[in-house]
Amino acid sequence: MTGAIGYNFAYLDEQTKRMIRRAILKAIAIPGYQVPFASREMPMPYGWGTGGVQVTAAVLGPRDVLKVIDQGADDTTNAVSIRAFFRNTAGIATTTRTSEATVIQTRHRIPEGRLHEGQILVFQVPIPEPLRFLEPRETETRRLHALAEYGLMQVKLYEDISRHGHIATTYAYPVAVEGRYVMDPSPTPKFDNPKMDNSPALQLFGAGRERRIYAVPPYTNVRSLDFEDHPFRAQEFAEPCALCGAIGVYLDEVVMDDRGRRMFVCSDTDHCETRRAAGHRGGAFGL
Amino acid sequence: MYVAVKGGEAAIENAHRLLAHVRRGDLGVIDLSVAQIGEQLALLVARVMTEGSCYDPELAALAIKQARGDVVEAVFLVRACRTTLQRFGYAEPFDTGAMRAKRRVSAIFKDVPGGQVLGPTFDYTHRLLDFTLAAGLPPPPPAEAAARPDETVPRVMPLLGEEALIEPNPPERPGATVPDLTREPVAFPAERALRLQALARGDEGFVLAIGYSTQRGFGRTHPFAGEIRYGDVMLEFMPEELGFLVPLGRMSLTECEMVNQFAGGGRAPQFTRGYGLAFGQSERKAMAMALVDRSLRAAEFGEETGAPAQDGEFVLSHCDSLQATGFVEHLKLPHYVDFQAELGLLRKLRAESADASEGKDVGEMS
Repeated sequence: MTGAIGYNFAYLDEQTKRMIRRAILKAIAIPGYQVPFASREMPMPYGWGTGGVQVTAAVLGPRDVLKVIDQGADDTTNAVSIRAFFRNTAGIATTTRTSEATVIQTRHRIPEGRLHEGQILVFQVPIPEPLRFLEPRETETRRLHALAEYGLMQVKLYEDISRHGHIATTYAYPVAVEGRYVMDPSPTPKFDNPKMDNSPALQLFGAGRERRIYAVPPYTNVRSLDFEDHPFRAQEFAEPCALCGAIGVYLDEVVMDDRGRRMFVCSDTDHCETRRAAGHRGGAFGL
Repeated sequence: MYVAVKGGEAAIENAHRLLAHVRRGDLGVIDLSVAQIGEQLALLVARVMTEGSCYDPELAALAIKQARGDVVEAVFLVRACRTTLQRFGYAEPFDTGAMRAKRRVSAIFKDVPGGQVLGPTFDYTHRLLDFTLAAGLPPPPPAEAAARPDETVPRVMPLLGEEALIEPNPPERPGATVPDLTREPVAFPAERALRLQALARGDEGFVLAIGYSTQRGFGRTHPFAGEIRYGDVMLEFMPEELGFLVPLGRMSLTECEMVNQFAGGGRAPQFTRGYGLAFGQSERKAMAMALVDRSLRAAEFGEETGAPAQDGEFVLSHCDSLQATGFVEHLKLPHYVDFQAELGLLRKLRAESADASEGKDVGEMS
């Protein structure tokens, strides 16, 4: 990409980065609170990670090692594109290894392996407002947050149970952060919600189109909303990964042909590759 | 200025001559050919054909040239031409599954039979102005693979259909009359076939905004892009007097099938569908259309209604750019007869109001 010549380190100018860093600091100081920020037009479309890209651009330093995943995988098209963007505009090192990365930008997943202190996980967020689908107006939802008035959400979850017998939210499952703000974890499957709780890594959330940044600082309590008689439960898979045999991980359903054959494999490609390198084998190898 | 509108014939003629002159622009700059528009502004041509409801790339390119690049004006020209064309029958339904796909992506499975085929796409490009283009340099040749003649890629939605995870498509009704909004006035509530026709020719910006509003919470439908495919299909026609199918030619189409959240209502829950179809490579339009199609089905699934995107009458009455632009721009026409009546009334009301306040002041003083 020759166009990167003439742009500042990590594309954004330093004034913009300072503005974003201030929003990030405020977000860290008030966990789960959505901080408005003056989101910029980026050279990729809204809805494709402009919020995450701006947060990443604001926190990257020349010695950082960046990993970008989409749906858990490093090789998905949008992840490839964003990784190339930062390689070209910041000239930094990139990796697919979760353990080696200092900054991980993600869409829709949290890596399987436990993150460590000093790592930053940057989420791309389409709709930062957890109450949005219950109340479309921003003026109202901000008031509800200010008053910690979350009855609407509890009623919604209750109505799910009375209608379907289950809470019918499988991704973007709402959480309460440090007992105060109800927060949208971005459209990660609810399988990943428990990983947000008490994580040693800093979790930052960027919503470009909606112009919001929010954060979960390290070692913060993150609780998925539920009821005493209907406790939160993450998804469970009936079989292990067909490639590495992992259990207790999130799996992708891969369609093998148009006659209904399916295979389930790790969504986290790095986790799967690391396990296979260590000699683990799944059913696809005839075991 | 159109002071003294009567007797303005010469003024109008001169305005149109000036328009033609300004449209051409500086004679020192080479004239834009219709073929250039067809080749290099192909997405604009696709949009004008789609909203013009007429598949003819050359006519659409000519309309774009004549309209100075104004989309709505070009659509207007194509529609005005279309309306003069004789209707000699209906083509056979075509199977988009038999399409020779130049592009096919699915967001609901990582891989699908036939693969993810990116084709020519802006997706994943970084939107940095390319100054080599301004210099007119030729692009590098595209990467090539071994030809796979006539290979079709199976559609994605039947994969969900096998387990009945998605509602079935409505059954075929051979011989049933197809409603046609260009031939009959639309009555509300309009059936889905009519709604799809209206959305297909509806303004891309309007349909996009209405579709977007459902993603932001004004009538949510939980969409996933089940499949988007773009490519050519063969159009066939059965002339009554011949009794066999005659190929009419190839047509380039974009189709979008959305998978939306479940409907239950007593039955086992299933995903529901939204459908979009547009001429040429028109992904934004096809996707937005599929979102709006699904949200307009809210009442059918017993969902809450009330958002603009769920209101068939609202969407269908306002999605047509010709109707909208005509009525908005008609405000430029002389309205001085009505305005005179308003002036008269307003002067009378103000006089009465002044009288009344004078009387009040007098009252306060006493």
